[in-house]
Amino acid sequence: MSAPRTLFDKLWDSHVITQREDGEALLWVDRHFVHEGSHHAFRKLDEKAAPLAEPGLTFGVADHYVPTRNRHVIGDKEVAGMVDRLSANAARHGFRLFGLDDPAQGIVHVVGPEQGLTLPGLLIVCGDSHTSTHGAFGAYAFGIGASEVAHVLMTQTLWQRKPKRMRVTVSGMLAPHITAKDLALHVIARIGANGAQGHALEYDGSAITALSMEGRLTLCNMSIEAGARCAMVGPDETTFAWVRGRPYAPSGADLDAAIESWRGLTTEPGSVFDREVAIEAAEVVPIVTWGVSPEDALPITGRVPMPDLADPARAAYLADALGYMGLEPGQKLSDVAIDRVFIGSCTNARLEDLRAAAAVLEGRKARVPGLVSPGSSLVKRQAEAEGLDRIFIAAGLDWAESGCSMCVGMNGDLVGAGERCASTTNRNFRGRQGQGARTHLMSPAMVAAAAVTGRLADVRDLPTREG
Amino acid sequence: MERFTRLEAFAAPLGLANVDTDQLIPARFMKRSRAEGYGQFLLHDLRFEADGSPKPGFVLSDPRHARAKVLVAGRNFGTGSSREAAVYALWDFGIRCVIAPSFGDIFASNAVKNGLLPAVMPESGVEALMEALPGVGYAVAVDLEACTVRCGDLALAFSVDPVRRLQLLNGWDDIDLTRRHLPEIAAFREARLAAQPWTMPRLGAAG
Ligand code: SF4
Repeated sequence: MSAPRTLFDKLWDSHVITQREDGEALLWVDRHFVHEGSHHAFRKLDEKAAPLAEPGLTFGVADHYVPTRNRHVIGDKEVAGMVDRLSANAARHGFRLFGLDDPAQGIVHVVGPEQGLTLPGLLIVCGDSHTSTHGAFGAYAFGIGASEVAHVLMTQTLWQRKPKRMRVTVSGMLAPHITAKDLALHVIARIGANGAQGHALEYDGSAITALSMEGRLTLCNMSIEAGARCAMVGPDETTFAWVRGRPYAPSGADLDAAIESWRGLTTEPGSVFDREVAIEAAEVVPIVTWGVSPEDALPITGRVPMPDLADPARAAYLADALGYMGLEPGQKLSDVAIDRVFIGSCTNARLEDLRAAAAVLEGRKARVPGLVSPGSSLVKRQAEAEGLDRIFIAAGLDWAESGCSMCVGMNGDLVGAGERCASTTNRNFRGRQGQGARTHLMSPAMVAAAAVTGRLADVRDLPTREG
Repeated sequence: MERFTRLEAFAAPLGLANVDTDQLIPARFMKRSRAEGYGQFLLHDLRFEADGSPKPGFVLSDPRHARAKVLVAGRNFGTGSSREAAVYALWDFGIRCVIAPSFGDIFASNAVKNGLLPAVMPESGVEALMEALPGVGYAVAVDLEACTVRCGDLALAFSVDPVRRLQLLNGWDDIDLTRRHLPEIAAFREARLAAQPWTMPRLGAAG
């Protein structure tokens, strides 16, 4: 009898076209997402005068550089050129583009699931590290660089070495107000920013099963910040319910057959993982980051770390990080005043995220300026139908169009030098949101709490209409 | 792709841990075409003041390190964004090898695809190397056949994925390799779509 297989083993096995003696396998790619930043790869395609192998499996999204205000005119010539080049490539190679004017435009990792392009059992790649997001459906999804993007464009395949297998089991239930974002930051702080390096990460346990698709997407999205090659949650009824009725998803008898097959995408009892981590959901509290790596994360009730003199390398790192962040060792996190907030990005700008932030902001005023950029244009319209836009605007925040926006600042939505931003995004790297910008990562509700108090704050101290 | 076998060169002791690709090349420079060269943007915001002058204390501001082809760094080098431009910035600056205790997976893959060696050396080895460098005028010899770095009397082992090692040693281009498998790819595609038609997007390309 063959050994029991994990979910990842099954995803891997079903995509192997051929295996080399050295251990690398050639894998079939079911979905390839490209964006304006993929221009280096298209140039490589042109250099080889090669055709696009599978236009029907290639999808373009304009997200990284697009303006979130006054979209009809792009002031920056270089940015306009990139958006135009993506459109030209889509027209020339004949693939579907969710361009600037498309009603379904949005951030690539929001659009894929929303359109039913992301499905269980698929292998999905994109020239973007947060492609791990799509693993929330029980897909094998990972980010690749420009050379690999070019390889997929030309062949619809990729050479890969099988990653090791890692499982994070979260038992029990998350407490009220504790979100997938808090869980993700908890995991990263526990295992480190390279704690899952070289591993395919599977999440399991009662707290994971209880998560909505939005929550699973947030969790898998952040897994790259723990260094994971990819992350996944086994598909279940929550997954199937999401897929049903999506534009590009199978329907009718095709969907029945698909669901039948997806039910087999489980980790079999007795499967062996290279690494296991167990977490009690009850231990997870609201978390914020204080430093310049997502692993620099602590409960909001905590204090900025003090340098440990016994560990000079760590002390030097701390001095450096705190210097950049403008924080004092031992300072209470809830005393840290902020300058602005950002609610957006592929991590936390889906409908559930906007609802959570709006629940805290309703009937309140933000003490600092802020920007809300929905994850997609469809999310934006749905939020407006629910009146969430009016809550954000009444609180004093800007309500903008969808794109990567202030997550990475490529479109000019920047945090100023020395400014401190409470942000729903995924990276607090130096300069990520703008040169000299200071980023604190947290959940949407925590960002809303920071907005109304003007400092890092515990959302549990602010009553909302849901209690 | 350029082959990598042996490299005798100067090594710059960067030392820092968690050097992410946002630092290796800040996003605002990535709109440019590669033809303009990315070397001037390498570690830009660590290297330069707001007015464009070099930051005095930073390692690459030291004229001794302007010709470095090897970079010695702390753990988790190249973490973060998948931007291959991070490798272009290193390459265009002149760097051909980065030595660190661990690398971001996507970065390591991007590096090899461009002929740059990500050499994994244990924390203790990196520390020993950092200490030894000033005494030998920062000269090192990297040998990919033997997987060693020599620095004066010191010989330190590093590791690199065996497949990547072969690719670097031979200068292989993946695409040429893959093209030999076109019939298998076509057969796989046909079988997959026949057995699991739902893997095809419903609306198709015309959507
Ligand atoms: S929102 Fe941020 S993390 Fe997500 S794809 Fe855009 S730039 Fe990357």
